[in-house]
Amino acid sequence: MTWEFKGDRPIYIQLIEQIQMRIVSGQYPAGSKLPAVRDLAAEASVNPNTMQKALAELERDGLVHTQRTAGRFITEDHEMIRSIREKLAREQVALFFEKMGQLGISREETLRLLQTADAEPKKPEKESA
Amino acid sequence: MEPILECKVLTKRYGSKEALSSVDLTVQRGRIIGLLGPNGSGKTTLIKIASGLLSPTLGEIRIAGKPIGVETKEMVSYLPDRPYLGDWMRVNDIIDLFSDFYRGFDRMKALEMLNRLNINPSDRLKTMSKGTKEKVQLILVMSRNAELYLLDEPIGGVDPATRDYILSTIIGNYSENAAVIISTHLIADVERVLDDVIFIEHGRIALSSSVDGIREERGMSVDALFREVFKC
Repeated sequence: MTWEFKGDRPIYIQLIEQIQMRIVSGQYPAGSKLPAVRDLAAEASVNPNTMQKALAELERDGLVHTQRTAGRFITEDHEMIRSIREKLAREQVALFFEKMGQLGISREETLRLLQTADAEPKKPEKESA
Repeated sequence: MEPILECKVLTKRYGSKEALSSVDLTVQRGRIIGLLGPNGSGKTTLIKIASGLLSPTLGEIRIAGKPIGVETKEMVSYLPDRPYLGDWMRVNDIIDLFSDFYRGFDRMKALEMLNRLNINPSDRLKTMSKGTKEKVQLILVMSRNAELYLLDEPIGGVDPATRDYILSTIIGNYSENAAVIISTHLIADVERVLDDVIFIEHGRIALSSSVDGIREERGMSVDALFREVFKC
């Protein structure tokens, strides 16, 4: 996953979202050590203070924690990671329904479309987002 | 803590033309700041005053609480907006020059960065491409152990890959004790690297804010805001 930023929202918020994504997807496994702030900042090409702010926020939520001299680690609380995955998934679903609504498609119709899409053979080349 | 740079009603006139008009500015350590403005807005004048190359017509400027002088020159590492090193020189010669000139020059650091970019220190500047020359100059400036780095257009005229390298060098050299001021009009490229931005127009500070502050309050990037403020 590469770091990508949109122009319309604060960078630290987008960092939080993308780090959450990396944790949920297992790219940063539970209990693993995070790179140093400066290295993470350099990798994402962002300001080190902005990266620091994003990590502090994730720390407040308990998703990462600091061990005094050893550095920052991802939580080992699998339940917490699962619940964040669930939350992110729900956000995506809500967004999807909203977009379908803009197309003038009702919730019922949307659900029916989802079921038929699921029954169709998979087209992997279309899965890239 | 004492600000690394402080300007009070700083004014510079060239004849009857006012290049800087009563600029009040405070820069704290540990920040990376974008000095943004259209051509001729006073960016280079401000940087040249801070580096001691120009003296102000009026007003006051202090670096770490000290007036501009020998002491502040040791604290300030300045990258001019155009090549200033002799084309005939080899990189090694320039490294020697910097070692002689600046007490805080880290020769090992410079050699390490050159090596990482496959730049041969025994090459002469005149054999190098424009981008490579700019990289060499930036490496030398960033290899000084300074407290205030003044980079005048460090990414103008280089390709996007070199731009990325220059920006990652700036991030990699970040220190809580030092501040970096980057003047540029290539805002989209640098905005992620900055803490704060200062918009300067006709020698006056038009706006001073944090990057995320602008995005939070206005829902737009610094680049978009700049285009709006300085619309031609």
